[in-house]
Amino acid sequence: MKITPFLAVATIALSGAAHSDEMEYMPPVTHAATLEECSACHMVYPAGFLPPQSWKVMMGTLDDHFGEDAGLYGETRAEIEAYLVANAGRDRSKGSAVPLRISDLPWFRHEHEEEVSKRQFEKAKSWANCNACHKQAEQGIFEDD
Amino acid sequence: MKYLLVLPFALLAYPAAAQSTSPADLLAQYSAEAGAEASAERGQALFMANHTGGKPDTPSCTTCHTTDPKATGQARTGKPVEPLAPSSNPERFTDVKFVEKWFGRNCNSVLGRDCTAAEKADVLAWLDSF
Repeated sequence: MKITPFLAVATIALSGAAHSDEMEYMPPVTHAATLEECSACHMVYPAGFLPPQSWKVMMGTLDDHFGEDAGLYGETRAEIEAYLVANAGRDRSKGSAVPLRISDLPWFRHEHEEEVSKRQFEKAKSWANCNACHKQAEQGIFEDD
Repeated sequence: MKYLLVLPFALLAYPAAAQSTSPADLLAQYSAEAGAEASAERGQALFMANHTGGKPDTPSCTTCHTTDPKATGQARTGKPVEPLAPSSNPERFTDVKFVEKWFGRNCNSVLGRDCTAAEKADVLAWLDSF
């Protein structure tokens, strides 16, 4: 069995489920402002995909967010950061790593490396586009389709 | 107790009343601010051009919005971007806060600076000509 953050969460969240080894689940965002603002450009990634320090840096550098200005100000920005940090994943880094791109994380690469065909990737256009393949991604379900 | 029932309706009504506008009203507002008449031709040129002052991944408005304002574009994330022309997408340019937020972000991404009122008027004049 592959051990990934996904499965670790799935095992806790769905212990006793018949197919827990196939169920790749990460609790989806439920916070209204986070849903509204982040979904403007991409799927709203579950907070558990990154550790707290990553969300802090992410929310402090929105003026250059993966090559675009996604600036947010005032209360909205602070509220979203607080939500993401409070619901972040476990810090798996041994040192002071601050991963920002979920698709660069080792478990992500491992899960997608041999799974995704060139055609599938071209259709999705970007690793950011989870729901191109994972139809229930917005509900937190990332099973292989 | 009664005001608890009234409050949600008041909250729903307020932003619409405070923010709502129309492409024509916004165009008039930006033109007045610029102190000049808008030019759809200049707006088209600005929209279509490749710029060098902004972020390298977004050299042009067309990077995400395509060269056809009636078409659905695509963000770099793969997410669809609804058409910009009000004739194709009646929700466009009806919410001042939304328009200002995205001119702010996208002008900075593409040009590396804020757009002037004159530039916003020009682009809007072009988009509203479809």
